Amino acid sequence: MEDKSNSVSRQYVVFKLGKEDYGLDIQKVATIERIMPTTRVPKTPAFIKGVINLRGDIVPIMDLRSRFGLPAAPETEDTRSIILKIDDITFGIIVDEVDEVLQLTDDSIENIGNIATDLAVDYLMGVGKVNDRIVTILDVEKLAKIDEEENES
Amino acid sequence: MMDMSQYLEIFIDETKEHLQGLNQSLLQLEQNPEDKSVLNEIFRVAHTLKGMSGTMGFNKMAKLTHDMENVLQALRNNQLSITSRLVDLLFKCLDALESYTENIENSGGEGENDYNDIIIELNNSIESKPSEIVQPAKSAAVKSEKKVEQQMYPTSNFKLNQYEQNVVNKAIEMDMNAYKITVILNKGCVLKSARSFIIFQTLERYGEIIKSVPKVEDIEDEKFDFEFTVVCITKEAPEVFDRSINGIAEVDKVIVVPLEAMDIKNCPRATDMSLAEDTQSEDSNNSQHEPEKKEEDNKGQNAQMHKAKTGKTVRVDIDRLDVLMNLVSELIIIKTRLEGLEIIDNSQTYDEAIEYLERITTSLHDAVMKVRMVPVEMVFNRFPRMIRDVSRELGKEIRLNMSGEETELDRTVIDEIGDPLIHLLRNSADHGIESKEERAQAGKPAVGQINLKAYQDGNNVVIEVDDDGKGIDLEKIKKKIIEKGLVKKDIVSTLSQKDIINFLFKPSFSTSDKISNLSGRGVGLDVVKTKIEQLDGVVEVETETGEGSKFIIRLPLTLAIIQALLVVIGSEKYAIPLNSIKEIIKITPDQIKNVQKQDVVLLRNTVIPIVKLGEILEVPEDDKEKKNLTVVIVKKGEKLSGFLVDSLIGQQEIVIKSLGKLLSGIKSIAGATILGDGNVALILDVNLLAV
Repeated sequence: MEDKSNSVSRQYVVFKLGKEDYGLDIQKVATIERIMPTTRVPKTPAFIKGVINLRGDIVPIMDLRSRFGLPAAPETEDTRSIILKIDDITFGIIVDEVDEVLQLTDDSIENIGNIATDLAVDYLMGVGKVNDRIVTILDVEKLAKIDEEENES
Repeated sequence: MMDMSQYLEIFIDETKEHLQGLNQSLLQLEQNPEDKSVLNEIFRVAHTLKGMSGTMGFNKMAKLTHDMENVLQALRNNQLSITSRLVDLLFKCLDALESYTENIENSGGEGENDYNDIIIELNNSIESKPSEIVQPAKSAAVKSEKKVEQQMYPTSNFKLNQYEQNVVNKAIEMDMNAYKITVILNKGCVLKSARSFIIFQTLERYGEIIKSVPKVEDIEDEKFDFEFTVVCITKEAPEVFDRSINGIAEVDKVIVVPLEAMDIKNCPRATDMSLAEDTQSEDSNNSQHEPEKKEEDNKGQNAQMHKAKTGKTVRVDIDRLDVLMNLVSELIIIKTRLEGLEIIDNSQTYDEAIEYLERITTSLHDAVMKVRMVPVEMVFNRFPRMIRDVSRELGKEIRLNMSGEETELDRTVIDEIGDPLIHLLRNSADHGIESKEERAQAGKPAVGQINLKAYQDGNNVVIEVDDDGKGIDLEKIKKKIIEKGLVKKDIVSTLSQKDIINFLFKPSFSTSDKISNLSGRGVGLDVVKTKIEQLDGVVEVETETGEGSKFIIRLPLTLAIIQALLVVIGSEKYAIPLNSIKEIIKITPDQIKNVQKQDVVLLRNTVIPIVKLGEILEVPEDDKEKKNLTVVIVKKGEKLSGFLVDSLIGQQEIVIKSLGKLLSGIKSIAGATILGDGNVALILDVNLLAV
């Protein structure tokens, strides 16, 4: 591969879910919000928690724990919704805690999928290493896809 | 002097209007080739278009209209007679002009295509092409009346000031001419200042303009009626001006009056020059004279502005209206929230203030909605031409009758409704109306009729497309249903007429034996249905074998804000659009009967199926046994269903918001709305939930 493209660095929003650290391309992150009251939407997959009123806009919220097959956790002071936006799709994901914004070069991200321990592997884009930490980079576009099989649960 | 780009938008709108008029006139001309007034109208439009496009520097367009005009002139002079070939040619011109306009709209330029084939054809159709458009002979007569006419035009009633008269005197000394030229523009002229710009340019080619009434700046700003007067110093003869300005489109009349050398002492003093030696008497004269004149001017201008206001419109980007609409929506939400607040000091003034706010938001909403309303004419006006072309292609004689063009619909609906209507009209022309022979056999008049009708019905707008053709062939559909294996043979015979017709709206279901490029591709009717349903509307069909068929489209007047009934199911709140609710009844659990695995309730001898919303919407159960049940009776077309809910909150104005693309596939939910407390309630899709 070309050297140039490998040394490009991007910013990632890093959040915690269970024991793992995950990263999201900051370009796709619209805002980070505290938990708001959600309205359940019938006939949606279980991991769709519902919709919220985000300053006048209706935004669907996804429970990432449920989507990754992790056990449910109680809401804490640190629980946040990260509102993501790709093209004309806007949605939020509920995470345990938002940590920081990390700068990662493309060559520090490995494209191997077998490190992750849970269902997140389906939504994996790569694994980034900073010092001794491992950050799993998620593919936002894959998160934004709701498969037909998942639809009826 | 002036920047033309600001006129571009006006030019495009104007041109579109003219082309639409041309379209209609051409259709009329085809019907009554002898009607000279229609011909004159077409000529006028072509002439105006030529002038407009020339003004804007669209030379290809001007060339085409020029050649068109020549042909029309020949027609007017009876040098040519109207043939269908000629009408076709004129239609081709129209199409070419439309594509020019489209190019201009999209790219700012008219494009590369110069439609040489059309131009050659145009020129071929007149063997002896008249070299010049014959100027109306009246200009000679006009000249003799000039002196009298001068009085009639206010702008020509001015005296030169000393400075100006001095210039005139000098010019005459130098053997040059000075003219007072009054130009009267056509009353229909809309690009007045652009037109004047051209006239000024023309004048400046021949001489020097030393004075203009009104001022050049005012002319640029269109602050003038339809006339202005200039004083021009030139070497040319008056005829030159007469001819060259008369040759500009939309000029009604030009009056050229030569000015003579005059003693400057008799002239009013130039206001912008301070001449020390002015006499007292002149001063007082002026000071009396001038304000009077100014007042008159002001009056004149006020009258003009007043006149201009009636029928003045502003063209606004639809996006801006959407922003306005959103703000109104927000206002309504906050109003609802205020209403819900429990003010401890529940004073009367608070209630009054809220009531007032309510009234204002309601009128504001109505006002904004009205701004967004557009007459369906905008969509309808392209259909006559389409039917003409289609009927030729099919070799049928079809007449399209339209009514209710003035019916108004929301702009967003107007933009979407065109395609479905085209499908339906083509469908009627292709499948509905029989061939000439078939019609003769059936004893029907040779000309088939298609009626397109729009009218308002409560909160809906109804658009009907009906024809007097052969009607929908139910047997043929049945055969097709069996052929395609959609329903078993023995069941088909039990289907009702309505059920059978509904198959027409299924994707890739076409009964036409031969595939024409009009219809019969099996993509038509399901597209129509999908589109109309997207717009929250319904399509119904009525048909009578041998008599014709009728497609009825029912559309909501507005899409954004509706009245809804808020209901509680379990611990959740839902909104049901009020216009689909027929009534609300209270029943006891034992009144629900089970007939053929369907829960029903008997209401005034009508059996109404019950929809248990709690189950269907998977609402978490609370196990309380209820003694009283609330049933909201909704209507879906003609059919009634009862929605079982736990309790009612009340009627409320709600703003419909989309659930977003991620959840777009969810049936049974039409959208969401934000309640006064900031929470989200889902809006039920009655059409999909009703049995």
